[in-house]
Formats: sequence, structure tokens, C-alpha cells
Amino acid sequence: MSEFNYAMASSADDASAQVKGTGDGSLIAGGMTLIPSIKLGLATHTDLIDLAGAGLSGISVEGTTVTIGAMTRHVDVASSKEVVNAIPALSGLASGIGDPQVRNRGTIGGSVANNDPAADYPAACLGLGAMIKTNDREISADDFFAGLFTTALKEGEVITSVGFPIPERAAYVKFPNPASRYALVGVFVSDGPMGIRVAVTGAGISGVYRESSFESALSGAWEPATLDGVKADESSMASDIHAAADYRAHLVGEIARRAIAASV
Amino acid sequence: MPDGNTGIGAAVKRKEDRRFLTGKGRFTDDINRPNQTFAYFLRSSVAHANIKSLDTSAALTAEGVIAVYTNEDMEGVGGVPCGWGLTFQNGDPMVEPVHPVLAAGKVRHVGDPIAVVIAETKKQAKAAAALIKIDLEDLPAVVNMTNAVEGGTLVHEEAANNICYDWAIGDKDEVDKVFDGADHVTSIEIVNNRLIPNAIEPRAAIGDYDAVSQKYTLYTTTQSPHLIRLLMGAFVLQIPEHKLRVVAPDVGGGFGSKTFHYAEEAMVTWAAGQLGRPVKWTAERSESFISDAHGRDHITTAELALSKDGTFLAFRERTLANMGAYLSTFAPAVPTYLHSTLLAGVYTTPMIYSNIIAVFTNTVAVDAYRGAGRPEATYTLERIIDRAARELGIDQVDIRRKNFIQPDAFPYQTPVALEYDSGNYEATLASALKGADVDGFEARKAEAAKNGKLRGLGYSTYVEACGAAPSAVAGALGARAGLYESANVRVHPTGSITVFTGSHSHGQGHETAFAQLVSEQIGVDIENVEISHGDTDQIPFGMGTYASRSLAVGGSAIVKALDKIIDKSKKIAAHIMEAAESDIEFEDGTFKVAGTDKSMGFGEVALAAYIPHNYPLDVLEPGLEESAFYDPANFTFPAGCHICEVEVDPSTGVVEITNFTAADDPGTVINPIIVEGQIHGGVAQGIGQALLEGCIYDDNGQLITGSYMDYTMPRADDLPSYVVSTESTKCTHNPLGVKGVGEVGTIGATPAVINAIVDALSELGVTDMPMPATPQTVWRAIQEAS
Repeated sequence: MSEFNYAMASSADDASAQVKGTGDGSLIAGGMTLIPSIKLGLATHTDLIDLAGAGLSGISVEGTTVTIGAMTRHVDVASSKEVVNAIPALSGLASGIGDPQVRNRGTIGGSVANNDPAADYPAACLGLGAMIKTNDREISADDFFAGLFTTALKEGEVITSVGFPIPERAAYVKFPNPASRYALVGVFVSDGPMGIRVAVTGAGISGVYRESSFESALSGAWEPATLDGVKADESSMASDIHAAADYRAHLVGEIARRAIAASV
Repeated sequence: MPDGNTGIGAAVKRKEDRRFLTGKGRFTDDINRPNQTFAYFLRSSVAHANIKSLDTSAALTAEGVIAVYTNEDMEGVGGVPCGWGLTFQNGDPMVEPVHPVLAAGKVRHVGDPIAVVIAETKKQAKAAAALIKIDLEDLPAVVNMTNAVEGGTLVHEEAANNICYDWAIGDKDEVDKVFDGADHVTSIEIVNNRLIPNAIEPRAAIGDYDAVSQKYTLYTTTQSPHLIRLLMGAFVLQIPEHKLRVVAPDVGGGFGSKTFHYAEEAMVTWAAGQLGRPVKWTAERSESFISDAHGRDHITTAELALSKDGTFLAFRERTLANMGAYLSTFAPAVPTYLHSTLLAGVYTTPMIYSNIIAVFTNTVAVDAYRGAGRPEATYTLERIIDRAARELGIDQVDIRRKNFIQPDAFPYQTPVALEYDSGNYEATLASALKGADVDGFEARKAEAAKNGKLRGLGYSTYVEACGAAPSAVAGALGARAGLYESANVRVHPTGSITVFTGSHSHGQGHETAFAQLVSEQIGVDIENVEISHGDTDQIPFGMGTYASRSLAVGGSAIVKALDKIIDKSKKIAAHIMEAAESDIEFEDGTFKVAGTDKSMGFGEVALAAYIPHNYPLDVLEPGLEESAFYDPANFTFPAGCHICEVEVDPSTGVVEITNFTAADDPGTVINPIIVEGQIHGGVAQGIGQALLEGCIYDDNGQLITGSYMDYTMPRADDLPSYVVSTESTKCTHNPLGVKGVGEVGTIGATPAVINAIVDALSELGVTDMPMPATPQTVWRAIQEAS
């Protein structure tokens, strides 16, 4: 691991200012992606600005929205009574991220800012029509995820919280990669104030996306049979040794069907 | 028996677990020598290339760097040797290319070591290695075996068509005649998938040189310290054995992969001599993936000739066996003497022919991995029999039973050299059928079908050959070493005992099981017995632990030494109790004069041996310490039956193992907890091969499965709770009657799993299943069948 300077931030604005002032610095949240990347030599940074003390964790439910602070750990979302009551699909998703050690450190802000094409939270954000709040503005999920490991965040912009509109019904089903246990295909479905949404992670060549053909079909009837035999478009599927494009396209349909079944 | 039975058959908890479970084990990486330096290997990132130039100057001046070595610096150092020589069918010796410690002019696999940097810290060594400038001229990579043997690019110039040897056993013409006249022939093509061993402890080695005594010490993660001392001392570094000490401390698993002599061991030892400072190397996990010997990797075409009632008439097969880029220590023997000689299985098949072609490729060296040849043989047999049964409409159990070698047929001479000593295949089959509740399967299958799931049942009845090996036989077959085992039993004056064994324990629990042997024979509690292993300075020459040999061969050596101890003790007791030696009885740790109430304890005899005041000094030396070297009369032949039940979700291809039953015959059971643990671990690895693990190289020889992100290790939630039982038939030719159990799990389990999946999907028209049977692979097989 190469050397870096380390500093703590006292707030989101402070973190933003600090990281913009470095040569090649990075924010660090839970470190569950960043630290392994640095150890493997895949990332090098002159500075790490730690968000741990920036006052960005916490969960609140106000009216029709569940707001989760960016530095809230997965374990806390998974075990939060408020999230379990309001959006059990979301707490369920958090409980399936990584393993206990990862859940004790990983944060929603880190996951969303990183936008790993096989991460779970991006599917929840897109699947619920979430609003991503930064120290500068609010960005809707539909505008936020821009491709593999790419988001709409500007240089030095810091996510402060994610607001999830409470749906009428929702579910997340994850089909894990047998080796890494990341989502090979993860489908988050919801029906609520943000309309009918089917968000898919793990499968697409450009990362998380909405499967609009399924959404149209479901506007007819919200039941598993609506998705019998559907599949995603093979040409937009990622392909690797664990799942070629055709198998992945099939799985998207099958897992979406299971998500609808789980949501009723 | 002492109170709290700790003898043979006792279910005592393992003594060694106290330190392992509390983090107090002492593994090679835990050892730190004064003034030590750290080594980091620069390894090839391409599969096949000429080294046009190599410039280490920038690395030499980097911070903390003490030395940088390449092949050019190592004049006088020999290549890493192969320990088993095979021949072509015409008698020509196999092609045996030099395996240089550091790449000489060419790199032949991703991971091939090119240079080593030695620095004050590991971090400095690694950073400096990145400064080495290397100019490689890429060559086409030889990866696919079927293409490799067609010729074209050669991994080694001297190996025409990339063939190491072309070997066979059996009379091809006679076997072909039987096939020509048979009612039915079943054929199958099988790929036995390459596996990466992944012991939990990565390999490590520390070389140390003492200039005053001119003695070298190598600490290394090995299963066979004397073997390393012999191979490295004699063939690589020319260090006489009395000046070379090899220490294998606690070793965290091996599964065969730590049996072999590796280049890194020679490198750190040689470098320590050059520098006059200890040199320490510990592999990173990703480095282990590209430097530990891999396992399996056979492509097999097989045929079984049967009469229409299902009697096996003849079997023939041809296998391409991957050797990788260089010959590892035992590699040539694995697909031949450890595989082809097992092709009778538990069956009376009278005519067998096997042709093995060993192939060089631009991949990591392949050698023995838990089962070593026997899983491959059993897999081929159990898959082809499963298929034959389906083709002929015969029940899976019936077709096996029909062809079983019967209990009264032993000793049974197979057509492929091996003579089995004893066995009762019906007993383990019956036990497994009961444990698997086969009778209830149809109901479970119907219930699963209601939920859209497909259930299947798969069988595997196997025998294997282990307890390696009779030295004369091994030598005749090309082994370049003997395969006996050593034991030195040292009774201390106050009655406790230390046993020095040439076996090595890296998960087997020898410190407990071997102590139980002493407890049984001498009558002392295992707390008073110390088992010492791993240090060549302390232990008589032994061959180490692999091939499930330690109890059969190492344990027998201990028994022989104990026999000598008791023999001498009786003489001492007879003198002290003023009786004839023939009147002395020994039981439960006490020597009695028959027909009297005179007795003395073993401890008293021990003391007398070391304080020989009342002692027959004119005819008997003082002391109570005896050695034995035991050369087995034959291999041993554990056998058993594994039954796997699976539930397949056809919409995703996910296979769940709902039940797994293992009924095994390991001969005499010394410690049932250890036996059960061995079966659990072996079955986990067998299931791993069937469903999860698979080492994949792309056409350029790049290792695609280079980490746990892509190489799927079995985890606890992949596995069911097993139903395990043992049905013992004693080995007839060793004093303990033991057969071995370390590898039966991997041998028996894999075909049971695949047979179960084929059974589940047979109604969809699926007749075969590649390994690993990942969800994608299963789903695809279903699509292709419909």
C-alpha cells in the first residue's frame, strides 16, 4: 500500500473543500471498496479525507419518505425498526450486502457514490425513485447513475443523505455470483408514488438500469404471471465466466418475476 | 486400558486443537529469524515468452534492497527435480525438461518466477521488483491439451507435440476383441476439471545459513520435510544432508499441494548462503493461485462393454493429462499409477486398457491434489456406469451390485496390477442406502415437483489405493525414492514417551491419533505421550504425509517400534521379578508373572532401564528407546458408497444438495472424531469440484479465476449436514488393520453429486453434466436438451 495523508472532515462542506484542495485525494466512507483497491494497487491517492466524523449518519422517517444519512452503515439500515416497518425491501437488501464484517463498516453513501455495477443499493435507489442529496443539490436516482462506476457527482461533491419515497409494495431479490456473492442479477421492484419501477443491478453492461419493458407489462397486472417467460435484451447484458449474456438475460426475467411474487 | 479410554477407537478430542483454536499455532510465517531479510518474486504476467532482456539495475539501487537474483546469478544450482520417472510405451524415458529455479531465457506460465528481490522489508522488496525492466517476446500460448498434442508451438523444444510420455496398461488387442463381441457399449467423454488447492495457509519458506557450523536450515510449509531435504540438498543445491536441516512447523493444510519441492524453497536457502542472513518469503494469496501446483485436469474418452444383463465385460479409456509447464515432484505418477490402476474399481471387470498421454501446457504445474488420480478414475467409472444403467434400463444399485467383487473373493487380483486385500462393498452400500433413506426418495421427489423443483439421486461406489507404498513396487514403477515410514519411540526415565515420526501433521490430527496408538499398546494416557514431527534434525528419515499413508505406514512403524519397546521391557521385568521372560505377561500397562501376583508397572520398568542397578547388563543395554522403519507389503484399499440427493431449480439452474450420505470403510478406526472430520472435509472438497470450483485459463494462458472473486470455494451454506457411517474391514497386511481415510471424501463424493444432477434432469433429456455444475452450466444443459 502506498503512502497517503489522512485527515478527518467535520462536515460535508468541510470534506468537499478538503478533498478539492488535495492533489489526488479521495473521500473515504466505510472503506470496504476503497481500502482493498488501494491494497491491490488499483487506486492510489495522495490524501484520504475521512467522513466518519462529519455527522452524516442517521435514519429518519417523515411522512412519506425514509431518509438515510450517507454514512449510515448497512447493519444499521438492516436492523432499523423504522426501515423495517416502512420499506422492508430496503432493510432486507441491506442485510444481504457482503458479509457481517462488510455490513459493519460499509455505508449507503459509499455504495451509491461508487456505483459498482453489481452493488445492491443502486438498484434500491433506482427501484424506489430515490432522491440523492449532496452538499450542493438534489439529484434524482434516474439522473444519478451514469454508467459503470460513474455518477452525476461533480468533483468534490459529497452525498449527505438518500431519501426513499415509501412505496405501496416493493421487493428485492438477489441472485448471487457463486464466487464473489455480489449480485449476478439483482432486481428491485416497487409500485408507489414514483410509479412502477423495475431496477436491475449486476446484469447490464452499463451498470444499474430500469427494465422498462417489464414496467410497461406490470402496469397491466402486478403479478408474477405478467413476467412469465420475459427476458432482458441480450445485447445489453454483461457477460463473464459465471453468466454469459443469454443466461443473464433469462435470469433478469426470472428474478424480476420472483421479486414481484415476493412483493405481494 | 487407562481410565478415560484413550486407546484405539476412543473419541478423544484432538490435543493440537488447543493451540490452533486459540491462535497459538506456530506457522512458518510466525517464525522470525534474527537479522532476517525478505524476498519477493517477480513473476511472469504472460503465459509464454522469450526473455529478450532483463535489467535489474534500478531494483538493485532501490531503498532497502540487498540483492536481486536472476537465473544468470545461479550457476551451479540445479533444476527442481521430478521424483517419479515414467516411460513411453516403447520403453523410452519420459521427456524431462529442466525446471530452473528462476526462468532461464523463457517464461512458460503466468506466475513463472523470473527474478527475486531481497530487501530489509517485504514492502521494499515488492516495490523494487516493480522497477525491474523486462523485455519479453510473446509466443503463442499452449493452453488447450487437444490442440497441444497436434504440435505447433512447443512448451519445451525437446517434447515433440508437447507430449511428456505416452503410457499404457493392459492388452489393447485383447480388450478390443471383447468390445467387438459385446452386446452393448456405453461411451462417455469427460473433463475432470482443474482445481486450485487453496490450503488456508499460503506457502512460505525461510532459508537460514550458519557460517560457523556451515549448516543450512530451511523452515517451510511442507508435508514432507525429509523429501525436501533429499531433493533440494542432492539435486538443486548440492548441500550434504548432514549440513541441511528442514523444519516443517505447524502447517495450515496441504491437500497434497505442499508435498512437492518448490523453487521458492531452494531460492531462499541458496540466497541465505549467499548473503549470510536469513531470507524469508511468504506467498500472497494471488501468488498462491499462480505458483502452488494445481490438481486434476484430465480429458478422458472411455468405453464400457457390457452384456445385455449389465455384466461388465471390458473397459478402455484414453486420457490427456495436463502436466502444466514443468514436471512437479509426483506429477507423472498421478494419472498412471494412481489412476489407471484403479480402473477396476469395486467391480469384477476382467479386461481393462488405459492409455495416458501426459501433456505440457503453458499453465502452472499440475500434481497430486487430495485423491490424486483416484478421484479421476472413480469419476470416470461411476459416470459411465450410471450412463450404462440408464441405456440398458437397469437400476443404479442393481447394476453395481451385480458386478461387485464379493467378500469371499479377496485377496482379489485386478487386471490393472493392484491386488486388493479385503473389502465388503455390499456392507457400505447397504449402510448408505439406509442412511440416505432411498426408500423415501420417490415421495420427496413428488413433493419437490409440486414446487417446480426436480429431485435426483446419485450413487458412487468406490475403492481407492493409498497407504503408499511398497518401495520395491514403487521403484519398479519409476518412483525415485522408497515409500516406507520411520518411527523412533523414546521412553523417558520417568515413564513419559516421545514418539518421533517421519509422518507430518498438517490437519490430520496425528498428535492425537498416534498418541492413541501408544496409549493402546503401552497403557499410558495420551497426555503422557508427545508426538514429534517435522524437524529433520530430530526425526529419522521418513517420507512425509500424503496419499493417506500416515496411519497405515507411519502408524505401523510406531507399532513396530512399540513392539520392540515391549519386548525389551519384558526382559527387564523378567530380570527384576526373577522370572522367565516367557512367563511375563503385559496388559494395561502392567507386567505380571503368570500364575503369581507379582507385577510391576511400565513406569517402574522405564526407570530401571535408565538407572540399571538391578539389571541384566551382561545381556541387555540400558535405556528404553527403539526405532523402526516400516515398508508396507501392499497399498491399502479403503472403499465405500456415497449417495447424493439434489434438488434442481430448472428456472435458474441452481443445485441444492438436500442430503449427502457417506458410508466408508477405512479399516480399523483409531479416532472416530478424526475419521468423521476427514470425511466431512473430503466430501466438502468433492462437492466443491462437482458444483463450484474450476480453474479457468483463457486462450492466451491468462488465469481468469485468479482470486476468490472468480474461483468459487465451498462455503458452509453450500453444504448439507452429512450422514456419515463407517463399516470396517481390516487391512490384512499391517498390524493395525487400518486402510486410511484422508482422501475418500474427494474420491467418492464428486461422481455422486453429478450422477444426482443427471438423475434429476434425465426427464428433461439431459444425459451429461460438465463440472463444475454451476447454475449457468445446469441451465444451459437443460436448454440444450429441450
